[in-house]
Amino acid sequence: MQKYSLNMAMAAALVGVVALAQVGAIDLYVQSVLMFMAINVIMASSLNLVNGFMGEFSCGHGGFMCVGAYVGSVLSMMLFTDSHLYGAALLPPQWAVALFPLVLLGGGAAAALAGVIVAVPSFKTRGDYLAIITLAVNYIVISAVHNLDIVGGPRGLTGMRPTIMAMGQVVDLPWMMIWVLVGATGCLFIIRRYVNSTYGKGVIAISQDEIAAEIMSVNTNRLKLITFMVSSGLAGVAGALYAHVVGYLNPGAFDILKSTEAMVMVYLGGMGSLSGSVIAAVLFTLLLEVLRPLQIYKWVIVPLILILLMQFRPEGLMGDKELSDIFPRLRKYFTFK
Amino acid sequence: MFKRGVLLLLTLAGCLGLLLAAGCSQEPETIKIGFNVELTGDIPKVGESAKFTAEMIREEINAQGGLEVGGKKYPLEFIYLDNESKPESAVNATLKLVEQDGVMAMIGPNSSKCAVPAGGVCNERQTPMISPWSTNVDTTKGRPWVFRAAFLDSFQAPVAANFAAKQFNAKTTAVLFDISNDFSKAMADTFKQVWEAKMGPGTVLAFESHGAKEQDFSAQLTKIIAAKPDFFFLPDLYNHVALVVKQARHLGYAGPFMGPDSWASAELMALCGKDCVGQFFSTHYAAAGAQGATKDFIDRYKAKYGYVPDDVAALNWDATHIMLQAIQNVGKIDPDLSAQRKAVRDALANIKQFDGITGKMRFDAEGDPIKCAVVVRIAEDGQFIFTESVCPE
Amino acid sequence: MEYFFQNVLNALQWGSFYALIALGYTLVYGVLSLINFAHGDIFMVGAYVAYFAATMFLGEVGLGPGVTLALIVPLTMLATACVGVALERIAYRPLRRKGAHRLYVVITALMCGLILENGNLALLGASRKSFPELVPTTVYAFAGLSVTNLKLAVIATAVAAFAVLHFIVTKTKIGLAMRGIAWDSFAIPLMGVPPDRIIVFTFILGSGMAGLAGVMFAMAYPVLEPYMGALIGWKAFIAAVIGGIGDIRGAFLGGFLLAFLEIGVAAVFPSTMRDLIAFSVLLVFMWQRPTGVFGVARNQKI
Repeated sequence: MQKYSLNMAMAAALVGVVALAQVGAIDLYVQSVLMFMAINVIMASSLNLVNGFMGEFSCGHGGFMCVGAYVGSVLSMMLFTDSHLYGAALLPPQWAVALFPLVLLGGGAAAALAGVIVAVPSFKTRGDYLAIITLAVNYIVISAVHNLDIVGGPRGLTGMRPTIMAMGQVVDLPWMMIWVLVGATGCLFIIRRYVNSTYGKGVIAISQDEIAAEIMSVNTNRLKLITFMVSSGLAGVAGALYAHVVGYLNPGAFDILKSTEAMVMVYLGGMGSLSGSVIAAVLFTLLLEVLRPLQIYKWVIVPLILILLMQFRPEGLMGDKELSDIFPRLRKYFTFK
Repeated sequence: MFKRGVLLLLTLAGCLGLLLAAGCSQEPETIKIGFNVELTGDIPKVGESAKFTAEMIREEINAQGGLEVGGKKYPLEFIYLDNESKPESAVNATLKLVEQDGVMAMIGPNSSKCAVPAGGVCNERQTPMISPWSTNVDTTKGRPWVFRAAFLDSFQAPVAANFAAKQFNAKTTAVLFDISNDFSKAMADTFKQVWEAKMGPGTVLAFESHGAKEQDFSAQLTKIIAAKPDFFFLPDLYNHVALVVKQARHLGYAGPFMGPDSWASAELMALCGKDCVGQFFSTHYAAAGAQGATKDFIDRYKAKYGYVPDDVAALNWDATHIMLQAIQNVGKIDPDLSAQRKAVRDALANIKQFDGITGKMRFDAEGDPIKCAVVVRIAEDGQFIFTESVCPE
Repeated sequence: MEYFFQNVLNALQWGSFYALIALGYTLVYGVLSLINFAHGDIFMVGAYVAYFAATMFLGEVGLGPGVTLALIVPLTMLATACVGVALERIAYRPLRRKGAHRLYVVITALMCGLILENGNLALLGASRKSFPELVPTTVYAFAGLSVTNLKLAVIATAVAAFAVLHFIVTKTKIGLAMRGIAWDSFAIPLMGVPPDRIIVFTFILGSGMAGLAGVMFAMAYPVLEPYMGALIGWKAFIAAVIGGIGDIRGAFLGGFLLAFLEIGVAAVFPSTMRDLIAFSVLLVFMWQRPTGVFGVARNQKI
């Protein structure tokens, strides 16, 4: 029973947040901040899989988010809405309540396929040379979207919100909040299970020493392929969620800046620490939001704070430890590893 | 270890608390208007112009004791939030203004990339919004609560095309645009369409683009110059214009240039110098030889901030004043915020004619302005001289 | 044919800038294996310092344009060298001392770059600065090509800077020490080489290069803004890596390679597809040559 108590507590907390949102105890602004926080949690923890656990240096995570966002939106618009771009809805809009995960999965699957573009070169190319490949993929994705007029090109894409509205007409619940929280929890669950599986051990072995891992009969190529695909696929889910929260997509929103933000969250939390990524994503989003009234100075003070943090904790907030390593008592309730 | 964890939790709780405590409602003693502006990110100059203009209006009206609504004077309270030129940040900023700060209406964002999602939020939350500078159709389309102050590409492109065909006696043209910029791309597309409808297919000899924040255009320009167009249409921001014009001259292009309203900044001449003299662009107003309220605005802005205001400033001025006009037209300040917002929206839609510094205007059913465009010529002394005015039928 | 040679000239000029900035990247990387993401912003600081110095010398002091140019080049290089050393002392060195993973230093560098960009924006406002024309531009037109004196000067500067750096790294004692630290940062201090002094020297050299690039850039593209270094910094990083990061020849060649790729693609294909095609070519290239042009795969010990 103790094994599940923390899981249940977390589930209760999530349901609590949704309930508070439903009765209007937290206003839409706070809800929106919470949603972006959850999306950032997915971004940071999925990037951590590659940059932290596998020890590569991927700096094009925004590109995968972009793929997921666009594919997810197009699916959602095709299936559930009457849009001038893709014609009448293929399914009754009310079905969105049950079939919305399809949209997320579609976005994730497309982004996972895009991840193959990075994964295959990574068999031969390593380190900073691989970083350039990820960067190139980010540029390629954005440039491809610029040239695709069917998804709006540089003008951007709108029309995802009606899907969410349609859900609200079936049952009046904060649906977006629910999907974002479900998505984030699901992603964390997948990553935790992945890292703790035999595959995960192999991934960590690659980060320590790739050749040694190979000799120890770890199929490094296969593992790299799977890890890149999982990581980029989850970024795609984050993208699909992002698209429906914002209701508008523009390729410019997924440029290197976005990738940089994800990187900052990973290293702030600590390479190879899942709880670190979660804490860092939450802190980083909060910091940006709380300091918004400072206007221009925000972007001077936030980096300053992060530099100072790095000076005091040179391996990120959590290092490579999980919460249960720092608070051993937690282990009674929950196993992180 | 434990202490550190507690500290972390406390910080988290503190931050959350700050976030929640930020919004508390109060009796309407002031008129609160939110400004969603691009102070950092791609186009900080746009945000700066918008903020400077708004500050000028606020100081001026508050110096007289406030805005007179229904016989009582209410001081203005303007809240500026930076949207970092990012769509998600614009959504958050809008929600903060609408939900927590309880603003009566919102001005901004200026760039379409932020204005489209922010407009969606304002429409859902039933708060009137005017985007001063956005030209994307989606900003106002099907959104009764969202208005704009700038005219659309579909109006401006024919103005530029007709003028260029007449002025340069041109049959062919070439276009260079910024593919990362919503406005630039749409303007280029519309212009190409209009030109080819007018002159026949294939008369746009080159249709080239460059990426965000790029500084070297030599490859594209070499291509364009090799195509030998009669004139060169350049729907690009003025900072790029300065570079493109210089580089084109260095590569041996001698023909004329024509641009849309994105050229209209006093900075253009500081950056471009003599290379831009004699070129034409279509815009909202001509600063040189302006009279009345327009001249007054230019002079005061220049005295306060040290440079001639650009189009963004002028459009922000008009957007803010239309909003204030609408609030005055409502005639009372309702303590019920949502009722007041509704009344302001209706007043905005019902404005018959507004005499702004960018000309007379009113809104059509979509919330887009009906107003005239002018074509100006850049004179030797760097002034933008009025050449022609085109009004919608 | 003219079209082809004109584009070769264009690529040579643009490549010179990539090369100049990439040289600075690669110097620091060679010694510390630190990707100094603040490098593009040090370049931006260089352009701004040159701007302020030039307007001051021309205006208040009343010097001629020639003298001004001769003065601002060393002055700017000195200023950016100071910025580089300051970053190293304040941000990077303490982290290195604590034995942080190198990627944490990289993230710190990224943050330093953000501070430089936005600090500039907050201090100087959003108005763009126009760099004064120090050398009157002359356009030489021959055989259907046109080239300005500025373009030739930029190309010459890049080649000269490369020659000087190459000499320092391969022929001098301090260059030997730099290569030594790059090879084995644990053994070299045992040989009596003070690593910190060498690292500071590297930062002086690398950031000085950024300053030089800043002056040349401001003269060729006279529109200055706080974010001007961000994109070109990333591109120069890419250039340095294509060449084989850590190798001076690699950075120089990589800069030109990237420029030829970008300009070549834009010249042949529709320029709207430029990034798409250019970066796909780059991706395939990096896949087939996993250590760049000059990079050597190091033997890995198990």
